[in-house]
Amino acid sequence: MVTSQVQVETNELKLINRPQLLDRNPMWVQLLIYLILIALALVTLLPILNVFAMSFSEAHAIYEHPMMLVPYSFTLEAYKYIFSTSILLKSFSVTVFATSVGTLFNLAVTITGAYALSKTRMPGNKVLLWVCVFPMLFGPGLIPMYILLKNVHLLNSIWVLVISGLVVPFNLILMRNFFWSIPEELEESMRIDGASEVSILWRMIIPLSKPAIATIGLFYAVGHWNDFFTGLFFITDNTKWPLQVLLRSIVIDMNALNMRGVSTMVSQDATKIMLTPENIKAATIIFAVVPILLVYPFLQKYFVKGIMLGSVKG
Amino acid sequence: MQNIWKWRYFYLLLTPTVLYFIIFSYIPFYGVVIAFKNFQPFLGIWDSPWIGLKNFETMFSSVKFPELIRNTVLISLYRLIFGFPVPILFALLLNEVRAIWFKRTVQTITYFPHFLSWVVFGGIIFNVIGPSGIINLVLDKLGLETINMAANPDLFRPLVVITGILKEFGWAAIIYLAALTGIDPHLYEAVKVDGAGKLRQIWHITLPGIRPMIAMLLILQLASVLDAGFEQILILSNPVVYGVGDIIDTYVYRVGLLESNYGLATAVGLFKGVIAAILIVSANHIIRRTGEKSLW
Repeated sequence: MVTSQVQVETNELKLINRPQLLDRNPMWVQLLIYLILIALALVTLLPILNVFAMSFSEAHAIYEHPMMLVPYSFTLEAYKYIFSTSILLKSFSVTVFATSVGTLFNLAVTITGAYALSKTRMPGNKVLLWVCVFPMLFGPGLIPMYILLKNVHLLNSIWVLVISGLVVPFNLILMRNFFWSIPEELEESMRIDGASEVSILWRMIIPLSKPAIATIGLFYAVGHWNDFFTGLFFITDNTKWPLQVLLRSIVIDMNALNMRGVSTMVSQDATKIMLTPENIKAATIIFAVVPILLVYPFLQKYFVKGIMLGSVKG
Repeated sequence: MQNIWKWRYFYLLLTPTVLYFIIFSYIPFYGVVIAFKNFQPFLGIWDSPWIGLKNFETMFSSVKFPELIRNTVLISLYRLIFGFPVPILFALLLNEVRAIWFKRTVQTITYFPHFLSWVVFGGIIFNVIGPSGIINLVLDKLGLETINMAANPDLFRPLVVITGILKEFGWAAIIYLAALTGIDPHLYEAVKVDGAGKLRQIWHITLPGIRPMIAMLLILQLASVLDAGFEQILILSNPVVYGVGDIIDTYVYRVGLLESNYGLATAVGLFKGVIAAILIVSANHIIRRTGEKSLW
């Protein structure tokens, strides 16, 4: 009994820290493997570090040290500039709204829906499940969606960012699979004690599902933060643009209004060039990356769990 | 009937979900009729005149259409040929690493771009290769001629494929790493007794062990051949490279939403949707036939 317990624990350990099962490689092969992996990591890391360093450097330093990995002539001017432009802050608040309110709505609807769908004995369960899964396979396309949103007056409303992707079928299935892992006896005993269905869900199912809810909440939250298409397709009023759409006009198109503002500012005061579009772009990119970086430890932990959950067939 | 009454609270809980799908996934199918109409926004869907298959005739007879199909399919196939093996090789390499901290660090760094949007990642890419990016600044300092890689039709498809790999290879390897941990260690012991060397162990044990995963992901990627990377291409492309980089999705967006040619855009979108659905249903069928877990 004790040994089998130990066996289980070491097996779990193996899943995390896989021991060397293969033969040792010759020294030079092992060295080559490490070098390739280091190269791959650097290819990913260095371009991001470069943008980071640029965002804190003065304009002339960027031209002198284009491959910088640490800031030269440290300055916060680029950040001061982007925080002084009302359009960026406005757009940031739109995205914060979509991410916070949107994720709450997503979770509320996904949890209740998935809980009901996890009851396979419920009459009509199969048909209702198909109603929710079919949209993954075949959709009417962009234009019919655009016309629908126009008819329900969601075009150019920030609510379109919340409502248009309210339930992601994949997440619904993940949540349903998770609910299956909760023993039904627990529910039964509460039911016998006279608890209502709502209080079973609220007082037992949800507390037991915190890891799964965190996973799916992060899926949705990152989805909202990075959502570019909803804003691009359905919001033309640039005062309501979410961050990603504004970012494109600043970082990719290079012709946003404030960029022109910067170049004129620079040319008027040519003796003391502090800012160029390059600085502003770098600072804007970092501004959008930082929130992702802050939740990255959780993302890593829960997203990996999420895709493992997804590989369990529903 | 009484049975249904017993489940009334569960139906109530499911109502928001089902309503959402009905309103936002099923009702828009009504809008598909504008593929067969000369849609005029002020008349609405119902009162716009029917024109039969004229939008489809326009689509199939336009010189743009074969180009769109070619670009979409070619970019997808290049992704498959050059991109598909990368996470597998990466997972095999990581699997050889014994130092856990090293493995963790490499993974932590290479996962990261997966969580960035294409707008942000595209910005980082352009900071390296753009007209005033690092490469050109360095070339300029060395007194060499600068190159604009983002506006060069010969380089656009490689650019899309390579940046796509860079953004996703670390993340895509997770699923293979998980499959690798599932291989029974005794199998390695067995072939080692038979005197199999390192490469033969990989060939006879490791690869067969992750084959079901490889087969499934390969079939799924083949089935999504018409999705060549909408967001990425929208971010990276510009009119100079439309000849090699304009795909079905970017075309539907441009013609439909920017040029307000709703009928034609809906027809092209419908064409894509139908083929994509046929492909995914066939993929599921094939996966089931091979005896693996099917998607549904």
